[in-house]
Amino acid sequence: MPGSHSRRRREDLEVVAGNGLLDRRAFFKGGAALAAAMTGYTLSDSAAAQQLADDPWSAAAGNRVTAYGGPARFEKGVVRTLSNPNGEPRTQHGRTPHHLLNGTFTPNGLHFVISHSGDPDIDPDKHRLVIHGLVRRPLVFTIDALMRYPMVSRMAFVECGGNSAPLASKDPIDANVQAIHGLVSCAEWTGVMLSTLLEETGIDPRAKWLVAEGADSLALSRSVPLTKALDDAMIALYQNGERIMPGNGYPMRLLLPGWEGNMNVKYLRRIQLVEAPAMSFYESRTYAQILPSGKAYQFYFIQEVKSFITHPSPGLRLSGPGLYEISGVAYSGNGRISKVTVSADGGRSWAQAALQEPVQAKAFTRFRAPWRWDGGPAVLQSRAWDEAGHAQPTRAEIVARRGETKTVPSVLAFPAQHYNTLTSWGVAPTGEVKHVYA
Amino acid sequence: MSTRSLRSAAVLVALALGAGAAFGQGPNLGKPISPAEIAAWDISVMPNGAGLPPGSGTPAQGAPIYAQKCAACHGENGKGGVSAALVGGQPLTAGIETTKTIANFWPHATTLFDFTRRAMPWPKPRTLTNDEVYALTAYMLALNKIIGEHEVMNAQTLPKVRMPNRDGFIVRFPDRMP
Repeated sequence: MPGSHSRRRREDLEVVAGNGLLDRRAFFKGGAALAAAMTGYTLSDSAAAQQLADDPWSAAAGNRVTAYGGPARFEKGVVRTLSNPNGEPRTQHGRTPHHLLNGTFTPNGLHFVISHSGDPDIDPDKHRLVIHGLVRRPLVFTIDALMRYPMVSRMAFVECGGNSAPLASKDPIDANVQAIHGLVSCAEWTGVMLSTLLEETGIDPRAKWLVAEGADSLALSRSVPLTKALDDAMIALYQNGERIMPGNGYPMRLLLPGWEGNMNVKYLRRIQLVEAPAMSFYESRTYAQILPSGKAYQFYFIQEVKSFITHPSPGLRLSGPGLYEISGVAYSGNGRISKVTVSADGGRSWAQAALQEPVQAKAFTRFRAPWRWDGGPAVLQSRAWDEAGHAQPTRAEIVARRGETKTVPSVLAFPAQHYNTLTSWGVAPTGEVKHVYA
Repeated sequence: MSTRSLRSAAVLVALALGAGAAFGQGPNLGKPISPAEIAAWDISVMPNGAGLPPGSGTPAQGAPIYAQKCAACHGENGKGGVSAALVGGQPLTAGIETTKTIANFWPHATTLFDFTRRAMPWPKPRTLTNDEVYALTAYMLALNKIIGEHEVMNAQTLPKVRMPNRDGFIVRFPDRMP
């Protein structure tokens, strides 16, 4: 029916949940109707508002091409936040600015980094990867050798076990999406499947685990079940097409898709097949989570289903009533995202969000939902489900199971690991957005 | 058993039984390496004591090494400084954000040896002798009254040390454990 879409009025856009959430297909139904809804005017009325003229950059030839490109000079504010900018002798964190990015992968310079003792300056020609222990024959690989092996590429998020820890605070923390969720990123990783190398070393039947160790000054080590190693573990050499960044493990890291970030050992230099886990510092202490009972979870492994809204979010002020796209990322260490719902009334009613295709396992899925803000108070939330049937827990559910802090911690503290509950953004009539509980 | 586990198990069996047949199918660019060549990197210590080197140390031997090489960050007598305290700790029932310490949290004494040897002291990791690491391990365990003032720590005694929170853990996903 030609023309039928253009005749739709703003009131025709289907409201599917409270406080102005619209049907997720609204954006696909017809640009004219949507534009009408956003501006309050029809397209034909909107053209004559200003006199266009050439700006200086259009009047002369532009800049020279550079050997290695960087963002436009107007994007200088799109950077990671640093927890330890002077490199004092303790862990450094660089958090991804999710509110300033869109799409499904993280640019390499903005991928989150946690460095427990600084990034080692590794000469790739001298780096070695040893595989030994319960194998038929121990082998050592150079980078040149690994570069000749068959490679695979896959999208995968990497998330620190402590990402989103501020959500365990008893009261909301005045912080943005970068501070709360900045320790997860997503990239396309390319490398050699670990199973390919283990075919060459052979595996002693007694081997059930491996210990992976880095060439950093801490020789950081983690124990990994051999089943995971043979399922989808990769010796990653490339990140979004270029060699892995120093902060992400140059010249190679262990990639365990969907599993706790710290287990994805950077600067990988040694893999030892063993019968039982080593109970290394990070697995027996740091990433074991105290429960309200006083017991603690260990071997959490999986980064469970999570989502959060990036637009709007704190720092992105709404400029007035009208139509907005609510957008964010969802991911699960258990596979693909199957559904994301969005609420604008603090969880009383929900609308299904559109998922950006392709939806890939253990990778960011961008979700989007159209929303007409009436200028009143609103509380935005997202909730994700994965193909294994797991639902992202509500705050009430996770507090009942996992507890919350007794006092409000520093936004940089890690009072909890693997705390994958919903995030609520409160929108004030001024358009300001802040972290709230609902 | 999940499909994934079955697939992994099948690969495992194939690799274990047919590894000889698998040789030659890949590029085979790994070079054989001997245990002696790996020795300097082969530093993981297991809870059962596997990987512990020869040597020994006592709390009294550890005290002066601690004062010289550790106290600047971890404070006098392990009380804490710019880096974590090594002594004391609240009960874990005090709250989910309770600071995890050697006494209230660490399940295995071998981890103390492993992490001290691989990562400490911060400015010069892996410069301590094995005797020094045993002595520092003994010193920290004695400070926390987990061992006596005169106990000797070595490859035989250290794995037998019973940590207070040894049974304080729940495996999160038992189905993912080998």
